[in-house]
Amino acid sequence: MAVLQEALPVQDVSFWIRLKNNRNALGFLFMLPAAVMLLVFLTYPLGLGIWLGLTDWKIGRDGVFIGLDNYLWLFDDAVFLLSVFNTFLYTVVASLVKFAVGLWLAMLLNNNLPFKAFLRAIVLLPFIVPTVLSALAFWWIYDSQDSVISWILIEMGLRETTIDFLGDPNNARASVIAANIWRGVPFVAITLLAGLQTISPSLYEAATIDGASEWQRFRFITFPLLTPIIAVVMTFSVLFTFTDFQLIWVMTRGGPINATHLMATLSYQRAIIGGALGEGAAIATAMIPFLLGAILFSYFGLQRRKWQQGGTDD
Amino acid sequence: MTDTAQVRQPERPVVHDEGGMDYLERLPRKVVTVYIPLAIIVFVLLFPFYWMGISTFKTNAELHAYKGIQALWVYEPTLENLRYLLWDTEYPRWVWNTMLVTVTSTFLSIFCAVCAAYSIERLRFTGARYVGMAIFLAYLVPPSILFIPLAIMVFKLGLFDSNLALILTYPTILIPFCTWLLMGYFRSIPYELEECALVDGATRLQILTKIILPLAVPGLISAGIFAFTLSWNEFIYALTFISSAENKTVPVGAITELITFDVYNWGALMAGALLGSLPVAIFYSFFVEHYVSSMTGAVKE
Repeated sequence: MAVLQEALPVQDVSFWIRLKNNRNALGFLFMLPAAVMLLVFLTYPLGLGIWLGLTDWKIGRDGVFIGLDNYLWLFDDAVFLLSVFNTFLYTVVASLVKFAVGLWLAMLLNNNLPFKAFLRAIVLLPFIVPTVLSALAFWWIYDSQDSVISWILIEMGLRETTIDFLGDPNNARASVIAANIWRGVPFVAITLLAGLQTISPSLYEAATIDGASEWQRFRFITFPLLTPIIAVVMTFSVLFTFTDFQLIWVMTRGGPINATHLMATLSYQRAIIGGALGEGAAIATAMIPFLLGAILFSYFGLQRRKWQQGGTDD
Repeated sequence: MTDTAQVRQPERPVVHDEGGMDYLERLPRKVVTVYIPLAIIVFVLLFPFYWMGISTFKTNAELHAYKGIQALWVYEPTLENLRYLLWDTEYPRWVWNTMLVTVTSTFLSIFCAVCAAYSIERLRFTGARYVGMAIFLAYLVPPSILFIPLAIMVFKLGLFDSNLALILTYPTILIPFCTWLLMGYFRSIPYELEECALVDGATRLQILTKIILPLAVPGLISAGIFAFTLSWNEFIYALTFISSAENKTVPVGAITELITFDVYNWGALMAGALLGSLPVAIFYSFFVEHYVSSMTGAVKE
């Protein structure tokens, strides 16, 4: 190529032709639409958000730089600390249960079942339907007067009175976590199912012939082969649970007495409803270290597992 | 052209012996270990939808008066809740807004994602690998840490309370995912096809539109469905950037406008939830296989 081009007279190699043959220039051109969108509406706001956290910006008034005052203020704020606690409780409990139930459901679906494709399709429904709308259904199911769960328990003679699902702090926590689990299990289950389907049955046959019990087959075949996918799925699950907003906002708006406030809902309440954009941004920024931690944890967790998928170990 | 036959064969590990050791399982045992737990989980997963549907067609009196086992069924079905929703509220307007925003931002995102994925995967400009990583990281940035600065930007740009604010911000969620998905699809298309076309004098743009895209149609469909459901789902941006009732999307309208005073009109709320879920559910049911394979494929990358 190079020889050919040099042989041509200079004026023949127009700007256009050189552009067409330059991978970097073309690559830049093709990247442009996506890069502009992401830089303007993702990277820039990300930086702006971090800066906002260092100002006393209010709705209707531009703020000035006040250093770490927002953060110092927040660390003395019992509501903020409670929201951090709630976020961790919510993320840890919901993720663990999602993982356990999801893995179980995946293994159930991995059996030889009639209508397998259909089952798989309807299992995924909670994940497809807009969260806000299914949260509305949960809100109605958790109604303090006419909850269908209370009613069934009373009908069965297990309880005398209705349960105040969203009015009592601990009940409310359990209720929103249950709704989050309901929403997240299908995603975990279906992705793990895809992982399970790649494990060759001959491994299980060989293990059975060698006398492995059901638990040993799970522990020494299923689990190790599934770890890379588990790591990815759980990273996603943890990230999205940690930053959840929709479910809480629809069902409790952080109440009762802030018992279900997550960092995301608190930052919305302080910034948009309360008007303290700077403080809200500081709360949102405070989530970043935890998110980074989760990403790095799974990244390094994954790297070490590469050999299991047939890659090299470097 | 024999190559084209082998083009769209995603790398899927071959699993021999369908059924595996299933023949060893006896039916009664399988009922206890598989069918019963499965039935319970599926029941729990589907019950809220059933309840949503049932409540839509109940009269107000029936919603609040439980009479034994009857509550699990409708005895005096009524269309009053749907009528109220469609004629006495701005619900149709919200559906239209959501449609408009969803479709526009989906197409915008797919366009950006196709170009970006082709550029990263095929042009392999200097640093393409790192740009790919950056795209993946962008997918992990959650909307709940971006909505405050974006609100300020939207306000300063004069886009507050307009559909355009949503059309421009939704792609930040959609582009990273679609790009990541399409990169996987483009990778499965053999290089040789492209080289042939280059030798024949095709430009990169021609290669993209005449060779790569027709071969990546399943990927485009998957990315499209994903983008569609993600933006139909979106809540926090719409809640923050839209204030007037006639510009709201379905999720935001349903929880801010349908709740009047302290009396919840549960029938209408459930009707709103049901109608709002239907488009996504129907859309999804047509493309289940694409959806599942792209979701699991993207995670496995």
